[in-house]
Amino acid sequence: MINGAEAVVRGLIHQGVRVIYGYPGAANMAIYEALRRSREIEHVLTRSEQGAAHAASGYARVSGEPGVCLTTSGPGATNLVTGLATAYMDSVPLVAITGQVATEMVGTDSFQEVDITGITKPVTKHNYLVNRVEDIPRILAEAFHIAGTGRPGPVLIDIPKDIAAQNCAAKIPEVVDLPGYKPNYKGHPAQIRTACKLLNEAERPLIYAGGGIIHSGAVAELLKIAELLEAPVAVTLMGKGAFPEDHPLFLGMLGVHGAPAANKALLASDVILCIGARLDDRVTGRTDKFATQAKMIHIDIDPAEISKNIRVQVPIVGDAAGVMRDMLLRLQPAKRKDWLAMVAGWLPLQEQAYAAKADELNAQTVLTKLNSFTKGQAIITTDVGQHQMWAAQFCKVNRPQAFISSGGLGTMGYGLPAALGAQMAAPNDLVICVTGDGSLQMSMNEFATIKALGLPIKVLLFNNGVLGMVRQHQAVFFKEKYFSVDLVGNPDFKKIAEAYDMAYYLIAKIDQVDLVLQEALANGRATLVDCAIPKEQMVYPMVRPGSSLDDVIIAMKK
Amino acid sequence: MRHVLSVLVENRAGVLARVAGMFSRRGYNIESLAVGTTDKKDISRMTIVVEGDDRVVEQVIKQLHKLIEVLKVSNITNEEYVGRELVLFKVMADPTQRAEIMQIVDIFRAHIVDLNKKTLMVEATGDDKKLRAIEEALSPFGIIEVVRTGKIAMVRGQKSHLE
Repeated sequence: MINGAEAVVRGLIHQGVRVIYGYPGAANMAIYEALRRSREIEHVLTRSEQGAAHAASGYARVSGEPGVCLTTSGPGATNLVTGLATAYMDSVPLVAITGQVATEMVGTDSFQEVDITGITKPVTKHNYLVNRVEDIPRILAEAFHIAGTGRPGPVLIDIPKDIAAQNCAAKIPEVVDLPGYKPNYKGHPAQIRTACKLLNEAERPLIYAGGGIIHSGAVAELLKIAELLEAPVAVTLMGKGAFPEDHPLFLGMLGVHGAPAANKALLASDVILCIGARLDDRVTGRTDKFATQAKMIHIDIDPAEISKNIRVQVPIVGDAAGVMRDMLLRLQPAKRKDWLAMVAGWLPLQEQAYAAKADELNAQTVLTKLNSFTKGQAIITTDVGQHQMWAAQFCKVNRPQAFISSGGLGTMGYGLPAALGAQMAAPNDLVICVTGDGSLQMSMNEFATIKALGLPIKVLLFNNGVLGMVRQHQAVFFKEKYFSVDLVGNPDFKKIAEAYDMAYYLIAKIDQVDLVLQEALANGRATLVDCAIPKEQMVYPMVRPGSSLDDVIIAMKK
Repeated sequence: MRHVLSVLVENRAGVLARVAGMFSRRGYNIESLAVGTTDKKDISRMTIVVEGDDRVVEQVIKQLHKLIEVLKVSNITNEEYVGRELVLFKVMADPTQRAEIMQIVDIFRAHIVDLNKKTLMVEATGDDKKLRAIEEALSPFGIIEVVRTGKIAMVRGQKSHLE
């Protein structure tokens, strides 16, 4: 007879789990013992539970399979919360298992007890507190089913330690039966007909591509539709990689720091085909001035995203790939010389908008040079702040599951542990974490995990000694009154790199970029490239918060 | 506008917290919520009265559907339905006023369920309008306490919402 903990491990093996990111503690010891004995699953000991959740997320986003993390009760569980919220906002499939204090202690404020199912209700797709050992095989199967199907998301399972130790006779169910959970995959035929009619009659169609295309595996379908319709494609931050960025129809990223051509095309189009995106406020700006001329078709697997922020004319609930395949049967090829010429006229705006000084070390030059080496094939993870927007603007991503960034929640400290998970999911790929000195210090402890695993991750640090994005907002919206943005006390990153056996390079001048990047990318080991950029550099263009997308700040007058 | 939602959920621990939490997190106003079991023991029904325009209610319904334990959501606002609440009033009543109060109670087909030297307890059921009317009629005597359930509702006709 096996116990509950062993049932957990069997369930994980049954789901094909190969790696777990976790941290042991009093309430999950039995599960660790079961993991030790099984030897079929690799366990990665991260340096914090938040790192475990982010690493599982990086793994999930590159592999396409649910990521798994395992922590103890109390602080182990609460440290997961940011990771779960990050995954929830970006629809990343995760299964998080937490130990809980023994059943008879639940509710007594006992040592390391916290109501983690209560805490995580708003940031998980679903969660479970196990109260009978026989439920474990079923709950585990349900958790993976919920996490990975429909709109993916994190699921948490909280297992009291006494239940993990009890005998479990229950078998893994062959089918998952959840009467209240039936995601709709097939788009409604009448809606698809209406959408195709609109697109066939459109003069200025635009495709607005979100992360749902990547989750759905609809990249090939998107390329076909765009080329067939000659419709330019703009992506969201989460949609980077859904469409090859070196394609002539590619316009760039939408939104606050988006490409001017993408934002202008959105406002000028007459039919918008929005796929797998949630029309987030960072993209739409003022909703009442958003694409007022356009009719909008919105494809999403989550009905609640449709008409949540923007009223749409043609909603289609379904899986992007399937819906787009159905659409391809009805869409007619079109030539749109005038529209494409109009759009092409906006493309030079990008160069002006970014406007880096030629003689000063800047992110644009570094990242553009990086592209010339990676050809858009590297996996880029980012943290959050100025460097994230620069990475989104200048890192050309030509394949899906290769731009891994915290889009919805904007979680600083995501990039490094996500790179760790990403590298494990794709051991033969080049993984580069683009980060800033603020963000990196939120999860620098994971350098130890990377060292332990011997992963050849490249960390490209834009080091300006300040919290750059906050400083930028203080410059633009608070009359250059700077406060609490100087990262006084920053460590010597060269010594940090040394301490973790990483190669270290400093780029202080623009003429060093070429040589250093070439060497850093080729050295085959974990590497920190420290780019000393001036703190005055800003992310342009920038749409004023709460304004229409055409209210753009190009550059501040000095 | 006020909407009445009839929601079938799995009868499990934590479902109410999940539903209530979703409402508060998304800023929707629950006017009342009543929960009880149905004739199937593993299924409960929640009757939720929510205030908001059509767009808000559309979102509420979609967000309810996203909860794994929610089985069915029906907006019965525009259907023919019977809606009832139960209210208990504790009313000041010295012996000389009892007769007058009893008359009012009779008119509204309510009941007196407790009595002492200084107060009476009145039990009334009905829809919003009737309950407002009886409250107004009793208030001159001095209402000390009001306890009311949320609304429960059932659609008229042969069909069962459980099907």
